[in-house]
Amino acid sequence: MILEALIGFTFLAALLVLLAPNAWAGRLAFALSTVPFVGSLYLWSRFDAVGNALTGGTIAFESRYEWVEVGGRTVSWFVGLDGISLPLVVLTTFLVPLAILSAWTPVDTRQSQFYGLMLFMEANLLGVFTALDFFLWFVFWEAVLVPMYFLIGVWGGPRRKYAAIKFFVYTNAASLLMFIGFMSLTFALGDSIGSLALPEITQAIADGGLETWFGLSPGRIAMVAFLATFAGFAVKVPIVPFHTWLPDAHVEAPTPVSVLLAGVLLKMGTYALLRFNFTMLPEQASALAVPIAAIAVISVIYGAMLALAQKDLKRIVAYSSVSSMGYVILGLVVFTEYGVGGATFQMVAHGLISGLMFMAVGVVYNATHTRMVGDMAGMADRMPVTVGILVAGAFGYMGLPLMAGFAGEFFIFVGAFGAPSLPYAPVFTALAMFGIVIVAGYLLSAMQKTLFGPFRLETDYEIGRAPFHDVAPLAVLLAAIVVLGVAPDLFFEMIRDAAMPVVEGVSVDV
Amino acid sequence: MSNALPAWSALSPALLLGLTGLALLLVDTIRPNERSNTSMALVSALGALASLSVTVWFVVAGTGHADTGGAITLLEGAVKVDTLALFFTAIFASVTALVVVAAHDYFHDHANPAAFYSLTLFAATGMALLAVANSLAVVFVALEMVSLPSYALVAFLKKDRGSVEAGLKYFLVGALSSAVFLFGISLVYAATGSLIFGEVASGIESLGSLAGVAGIGIVMIVGGVAFKTASVPFHFWAPEAYEGAPAPVSAFLSSASKAAGFVVAFRVFTEAFPLGASLAAGIDWALAFAVVAAVTMTLGNFAAAVQEEVKRMLAYSSIGHAGYALIGLAALSSGSAGNEAVMGAAMAHLLVYGFMNTGAFLFVALAERWGIGRTFEDYAGLARRAPVACTAMAVFMFSLAGLPPFAGFFSKYFLFMGAIENGFLWLAGLGAVNSVISLYYYSRVVRAMFLDDPATPSALDAIDVRPTALYAAVVFAAVATVLLLPGFGPVIEAAEAAAAALF
Repeated sequence: MILEALIGFTFLAALLVLLAPNAWAGRLAFALSTVPFVGSLYLWSRFDAVGNALTGGTIAFESRYEWVEVGGRTVSWFVGLDGISLPLVVLTTFLVPLAILSAWTPVDTRQSQFYGLMLFMEANLLGVFTALDFFLWFVFWEAVLVPMYFLIGVWGGPRRKYAAIKFFVYTNAASLLMFIGFMSLTFALGDSIGSLALPEITQAIADGGLETWFGLSPGRIAMVAFLATFAGFAVKVPIVPFHTWLPDAHVEAPTPVSVLLAGVLLKMGTYALLRFNFTMLPEQASALAVPIAAIAVISVIYGAMLALAQKDLKRIVAYSSVSSMGYVILGLVVFTEYGVGGATFQMVAHGLISGLMFMAVGVVYNATHTRMVGDMAGMADRMPVTVGILVAGAFGYMGLPLMAGFAGEFFIFVGAFGAPSLPYAPVFTALAMFGIVIVAGYLLSAMQKTLFGPFRLETDYEIGRAPFHDVAPLAVLLAAIVVLGVAPDLFFEMIRDAAMPVVEGVSVDV
Repeated sequence: MSNALPAWSALSPALLLGLTGLALLLVDTIRPNERSNTSMALVSALGALASLSVTVWFVVAGTGHADTGGAITLLEGAVKVDTLALFFTAIFASVTALVVVAAHDYFHDHANPAAFYSLTLFAATGMALLAVANSLAVVFVALEMVSLPSYALVAFLKKDRGSVEAGLKYFLVGALSSAVFLFGISLVYAATGSLIFGEVASGIESLGSLAGVAGIGIVMIVGGVAFKTASVPFHFWAPEAYEGAPAPVSAFLSSASKAAGFVVAFRVFTEAFPLGASLAAGIDWALAFAVVAAVTMTLGNFAAAVQEEVKRMLAYSSIGHAGYALIGLAALSSGSAGNEAVMGAAMAHLLVYGFMNTGAFLFVALAERWGIGRTFEDYAGLARRAPVACTAMAVFMFSLAGLPPFAGFFSKYFLFMGAIENGFLWLAGLGAVNSVISLYYYSRVVRAMFLDDPATPSALDAIDVRPTALYAAVVFAAVATVLLLPGFGPVIEAAEAAAAALF
């Protein structure tokens, strides 16, 4: 019941904030959004799952009610957590209050609607990470898009309409492709499944339940489903060449929305890849390991190169997300304990770090009203605290030891280098590592130009101290990044426990 | 329960609607000065709600269900009350209630609104009769009973040229299709020797050399159904009529009247012309419906995508939705166990559609009441002045497009799954592709309301009235559209049970 309470409370909070007057909607939203965070900490403290939820492990906080039946298959309200989903739930509930705080300064119209939509999105995100029934999961998955569309389209920058519609169309088309792919899988499973529960489907596929359907042999069906779902999720992650919606959406979105977009929404894609493609169809994943690893490495390098070419600070951070997500894909595809575990850990780490970067850039923008690298210099003089945290965040991005990003990338590289199931694993890993050099290159150069040297600003704004509620979330995020970097086992232990069955699923075949 | 009550009481949902209409007419005739818009609307709404409550009570109590003694037949078998009839009566009554409530504000300064309420209720009575018809003669009479008030309703704004023109067009096409339909009935009667569905069905099994006559008759009946459901090739009255008619009437026609066409189609083609017997006689009406469904949904969606006026876009989208619902007939295959699922899903889709489409047209009624324009651009920035109504409209649009958080997704999902299970992958695929296309034009409305800025700062100053009843109807329809998602279980169960009784 506790998960229902968590999601239900967040929905209720969204409704309350929606009806609140604009004047104090922000404060109310922040106060209400701390409750799910406390709730998720409680979940963490009482967490008792063993293994992976999809491969027959013990599911924590499991709850299941039958909803409807379609074509002999029950659709249920089926939620629960395991070591992969709990960290993402904590990440979501942690980032939302901070994102709401960071919205106090920039959002100055229709506040109650803005904060209401933020909380509505949080509720659906929690649903995505907890749902264990395909249908329920898909409802939440799609429901995330609607608030995002409005958040970008109403409160965004000058080209917000274009960005909002591009985001909506891209991700919706991807969802449809993924939906069709997955549905063909369930049809091919025939009578071997009685519901759309993910554990049952995973089990049925592992037991060889796939039958010939629509003239396609079981192997073909699985491959078609793998490709369709992979392409669908690849848009969300995003992986090159499906990444073009991302910079537009990020640049136009207001800061707090960017924080959630980079921090949590991108993780929906990698989470779904891990759950569906790599856990349910490990055979296909390892058969396609080389091409997937190749596009992962291309995402890392190409994303970083794109970031190198940008002049807009927000675009730099946006493109570097493409690069970081490439690491996650590489970690997933190698199918080793540290690879899959590290990829999951990196999801959380990148969520925190990219959230921090977007927020810090947002604070600078609030003061200067520009994000162009050439428009400012020497910001360190005027905004020492903000700049200090921004620099720290950038080093986190580059993988400075004792910060969360280092732990995540280190695990991935350790896992990837000696991966037995991926041919040429050392080559791929070495190429991907080269991405870090480029990251360091563009981040250092951008910071050098904007933050240090003599002060210069092209726009006519007085730079004062950033308000406390702008800086406080930065400090909190930085603290979290350091804590997670020093003690990765806070999450990594449970992640590893849930990742091991996934890895074993493939090592049997190799 | 139904054992205790006399058998005729099974017809009480239809009787309640008819009596309310008569009562309104009576007051209007005897005391023309005493009538008031508010009390008229109130009485009509109460009548529709009473009919709805009785219907829901019957469904819950299992009237006409196989477990409680099966369908109740009356009048020498010409009328049959079963779960299918009750399911559709619930749709008709809900839509009628929404429409009359909304009409209270829409016709606030009309000279004689009483005629509107009584005509609407008479049309609803005809629909409820259509749902229980078990003979081709009753079908025809009830169909005319729906059509005649509808013509008058479309032309209700007699000083508005668009309304009158729409009424005339609707009437001409309607008269033609009635003639075709009636001729079809006579041919079927000539070939089978009966008008009662069950006897027609046994006549179909022994057609002999008359198979050709019956075949032509059935094709003509398909044409009549296509008219009533606004499907290709008898769809071209719909955009004109829906656009010209007062918006509450458009809502009524495109939701309830369309559903009435479907209840006829579902019942006639499963009970009077069972697919197995028809196929044996060389009459493959499922194929005919498959073609009609495919063309209808594609044409409706593509035409909707190029419209500039919201109401006209909704009119074409309603043609598209007729195409989806026709899958319920098109994807049948003789003796397949999946038939119940696909037809039940089509019925559930019509129920959901009854709320979301009525709501969308009532939002247009609200816009007309405010006096803002008809095009997408005229809706720009509306969300700033009317956030609640616009949120409701966004719910309708996303639900019509079939986006997951809303009931429209569920009903389409069941429909397409049912079609695939029955081996009609191509039809489901086409439907899915069409749904994606539809997202384009539905999201234009949402975009205009929420993202665009008004053309001029004063463009929205006309919105100075708060029509409470219209607001209430729109919001209620939106709430129903959302709540039908978690509450879809009982709906689909009732729909599948109703469909199961047909096979």
